[in-house]
Amino acid sequence: MTTLVHPARHLLRARDLADARYPDDLDVPALARAARMSPAHFSREFRRTFGEPPHRYLLTRRLERAAALLRNTDRSVLEICLDVGLQSVGSFTTAFGRAFGLSPAAYRAAHPPAATRVRIPTCVLQAYARPQPSTNGEDGRARRA
Amino acid sequence: MLKQLTYVQVWVHDQDEALAFYTDKLGMELREDVTVPEMGNFRWLSVGVPGQDVSITLMAIPGPPVFDEDTRKQIQDLLAKGAAGGLFFTTDDVRSAYEDLKGRGVEFTQEPTEQPYGLDAGFRDASGNHFRMTQAS
Repeated sequence: MTTLVHPARHLLRARDLADARYPDDLDVPALARAARMSPAHFSREFRRTFGEPPHRYLLTRRLERAAALLRNTDRSVLEICLDVGLQSVGSFTTAFGRAFGLSPAAYRAAHPPAATRVRIPTCVLQAYARPQPSTNGEDGRARRA
Repeated sequence: MLKQLTYVQVWVHDQDEALAFYTDKLGMELREDVTVPEMGNFRWLSVGVPGQDVSITLMAIPGPPVFDEDTRKQIQDLLAKGAAGGLFFTTDDVRSAYEDLKGRGVEFTQEPTEQPYGLDAGFRDASGNHFRMTQAS
């Protein structure tokens, strides 16, 4: 059975890859391959479809997951930085501060223990808790980290 | 007052493709497949999880007279972008269901993962709808 696939469906596959493989050494060319596009074309189409460029989506996914680990685990800031696929704790701390307005340690201290909070499916959390692009300027440094 | 939820509607890009996916890959049963000539060959297609009475209607995105072409295109775009919703299921064994579904070619968005509420995994259909199956802890 042959069905014409909507072009955005390929972009969604790449975004899913960012959501699933953010801990790995993932970059825009790898995401572009998942969408079967050249990196330049992919970046343009991703931005047109989802409203932000793919490198920023990936970074904010990593920051969102880092925030969840700060709230839900007692892993160190360095461990969490590496857990979410970022290599430089300095860049991580800077990007985290821009996104959430607090250092990772202060963010952790500001949140109650995980067990006291309602249990929301992680896919919902991931969708809603990812920091917005407008609060996360100058992401280039963390991206190259 | 309301008594029971009977159907939930899911937009699909192609009903034949969706029927094959929901039955052959996800293991659901076909409930109804009725084409109505006087309604422009509208096809009411529903499937369900065996043993549960709630059905899922696999709905093609209609053009005029239901939706104008712009609206139809917008829904098609939203569906392909993954912005048209999803369904949540439970399972007794996420890891075994994951292996089964993966072996049948289901596209997973998340491998089985420990969450505060249990163990879960996420996947999509060909149209872009998102699904999650959870094994409660």
